[in-house]
Amino acid sequence: MTTQAQVHSAEHVHRDDLGARLGMWLFLFTELILFGGMFLVYSVYRFSHPQEFHIAAKELNTIVGTFNTMILLTSSLTMVLSIAAIQRDNKKLSIFFQFLTILLAVFFMVNKFFEWSVKFHHGIYPGSETLLNEKSGDILFFGLYYVMTGLHGLHVLVGIVIIAVMMRFTSKGIVTHDNYIKLENTGLYWHLVDIIWIFLFPLFYLIT
Amino acid sequence: MASDTVALGTNGHEPSYLEYQGKHKGILGWILSTDHKRIGILYLCSVLSFFFMGVVFGFLMRLELISPGETIVTAQTYNKFFTLHGVIMIFLFIIPAIPAIFGNFFLPILIGAKDVAFPRLNLLSWYLYITGGLLALMSIVMPGGPADTGWTFYIPYSVRTDTNVIYALMAAFILGFSSILTGLNFVTTVHRLRTPSMSWFKMPLSVWSFYATAWVQVLATPIIGITLLLVVIERVLHVGIFDPALGGDPVLYQHLFWIYSHPAVYIMILPGMGIVSEIIPVFAHRTIFGYKFIAFSSIAIALFGSLVWAHHMFTVGMSNAGEFIFSLLTMVVAIPSAIKVFNWTATLYKGSIELAPPMLYILAFIFLFSIGGLTGVMQGVIAIDIQVHDTSFIVGHFHYVMFGGTGFAFFAALHYWLPKMFGRMYNIKRAKVAFWIIFFGFNVLYFPMLIMGWLGMPRRYYDYLPQFHPYHFISTVGSWILILGLIIMFTNFVISLRKGEKVTKKNLWGGETLEWQIDTPPTHENFDEIPVVEDYPYVYKDNEIAVEEEKV
Amino acid sequence: MNEKNVQSEQSEHSHGFGIYILVWLGLLALTGLTVAAAGLDIGRFTVATALIIASAKAYLVLTIFMHLRSESKTFKIFVIVALFFLAISFILLFADYSF
Repeated sequence: MTTQAQVHSAEHVHRDDLGARLGMWLFLFTELILFGGMFLVYSVYRFSHPQEFHIAAKELNTIVGTFNTMILLTSSLTMVLSIAAIQRDNKKLSIFFQFLTILLAVFFMVNKFFEWSVKFHHGIYPGSETLLNEKSGDILFFGLYYVMTGLHGLHVLVGIVIIAVMMRFTSKGIVTHDNYIKLENTGLYWHLVDIIWIFLFPLFYLIT
Repeated sequence: MASDTVALGTNGHEPSYLEYQGKHKGILGWILSTDHKRIGILYLCSVLSFFFMGVVFGFLMRLELISPGETIVTAQTYNKFFTLHGVIMIFLFIIPAIPAIFGNFFLPILIGAKDVAFPRLNLLSWYLYITGGLLALMSIVMPGGPADTGWTFYIPYSVRTDTNVIYALMAAFILGFSSILTGLNFVTTVHRLRTPSMSWFKMPLSVWSFYATAWVQVLATPIIGITLLLVVIERVLHVGIFDPALGGDPVLYQHLFWIYSHPAVYIMILPGMGIVSEIIPVFAHRTIFGYKFIAFSSIAIALFGSLVWAHHMFTVGMSNAGEFIFSLLTMVVAIPSAIKVFNWTATLYKGSIELAPPMLYILAFIFLFSIGGLTGVMQGVIAIDIQVHDTSFIVGHFHYVMFGGTGFAFFAALHYWLPKMFGRMYNIKRAKVAFWIIFFGFNVLYFPMLIMGWLGMPRRYYDYLPQFHPYHFISTVGSWILILGLIIMFTNFVISLRKGEKVTKKNLWGGETLEWQIDTPPTHENFDEIPVVEDYPYVYKDNEIAVEEEKV
Repeated sequence: MNEKNVQSEQSEHSHGFGIYILVWLGLLALTGLTVAAAGLDIGRFTVATALIIASAKAYLVLTIFMHLRSESKTFKIFVIVALFFLAISFILLFADYSF
């Protein structure tokens, strides 16, 4: 586990890409455990209200969920391709793939918006009368559904902003084929958002 | 000498970090500086300000308890006092105290680096700290008044009370984020920026404990972050999560709260233990006993500390299996701490002990921490825990650990490193007087709590039965003595900053770690050349030889 | 492990476009599989199946898309430590709830 960096070069400003990635991974752990805390809550309530969770999950639209999963997986592909492109010094291709990633992320959010609106339309939202009259398992299921997908959506929005900044960095030559750590770390973040969705999807949409 | 630096350029004219002129002048040169030393000083000022605030609330609580019945404040106000005292002391003082002040200032120097891995992130974490602190203060002045839930924010009261719980929750959330960034920075720094010749087992022991602490900060803090955020969401949007009225499970909240808050206890104590391991060999003039055991026990504490959270919840009605497992694991966690205490005393054995102010605080640490630790193991036994749960026995116990442990280690570090940081020496005699007053006041304040808790005095009550009056009275008098000692100690520091004897000597105490091989106060770049380290910094060969000769 | 220069640290991470597309197809296939499996009536194995497939997907993303496969041992140990912490939280929490 010994990683010794030859960083004490004469100039004060040093560059340590490996260190930057290490820091990014540590940050991702905090994100992972942040969502992990909510998965803990989910698992306990699922364990104590199995029947109600089972029925409540049927309310969710599996087709929309599956579609969104495909979109997010594809955006992960375009993200990693944009890095591969910049490694090959193909600036334009990289920007194109980053743009595609943003586009897919926006699609994801639009779907999410419609999905939530339909639920709201049916009167299923936190604190609504319809929901409060349901059994406690249903209240908990939809509470967690809104909080977990909501917080995930927030991460997608943040991701869109960061990738947009990266597009600008790439076009201005701050991110280049021999200095692309910023883009790479953005990629790491984006893939983590994807991984979280990989677990959210079956736990909310599929376990019926 | 254990470690040698390749002849440093001792021109003596290079400006120290205090005089160094960066991009900005005046106050901006401080609050916009990414220099780890300046950030350390920023933390020093802000953390101490909050500490004094916490002391004031503690003082007021003790004053209320000087006699039975309503003395100076109502029950409701008393609830707010203990919440503020807890929130400030835990989130704004003990957790950041040693890592954020001394970790920031000395961790890079101890490993021979120029700065931490992410200097700008480091500054951001100070701003988050200040934001969190201001939010906590805002809860006091905003209508509704400060939270009255206790620092644990237990459900369901925390979603029902009309006080400003949200401010306090958001403050804790943001402070957690600040703590995460510090941890992330330290882990990366230790991995990437050690001077090339410093392998893992040549690191100073305080670096080991900062490293272990940093991991706990990174891994455990997000749990409290999300838990507190869920309570905020539940309060604001009425999403059903923990509130039993909405089908939730309040015990689950307690689980999540303690999954963080128990490891957080080790975030508080581990850096303190690092300071002890650092200071003991210097003033005992003796090689540390069991370097590897101390280093690994830091990691072991971080690991086992994550496995025992539910021993805070023996009375909530967990399953028998759960109680059994957590009780057993609690016993196990005492082992690495005991290993450390054993090694420290073994280092002292046959050393030539010099009772300088830092050493006095360290010796007090070992004594007080042992009392705190042993009363803690007692509570790991379920039968005893159910008897003393929520009594002032608990309050006494954790003040012995947190204040007698971390607090005293913090004071030791102040006495040990402040002259290095500012290049001014405090008055040694006054420091020793302050120490004895603090040590005496501390025991007078907290020992009666152990006794009356054992006899059944509940915690967090502003009133009590007449039979507890003598204990409460003694305890309150103790708080005055303690505060007197604190005043003497801190005025001593303040006077020293202005009028204290100037010190330019590099090595003030005869330590072998790298900070004693650079200028006092350090220059902006810390090191002129890359330091070379040959062995771990605790080999006091001259002294060993002297001991050997004595034997012959 | 020993570090070379910054340049070579980066070039370790360049895979061909082909492998990424292959992994992406694999991920889509696994998504299809998990949806199909959810339709089956396999009782209490439903959750386990879904989680196993999700873990397989996450593993692919971690190792290939996030380049964990070509990172040094330090990174792998870090990930194991984080997952271990999460795992013990689940296990010990259920020491209370499942008995």
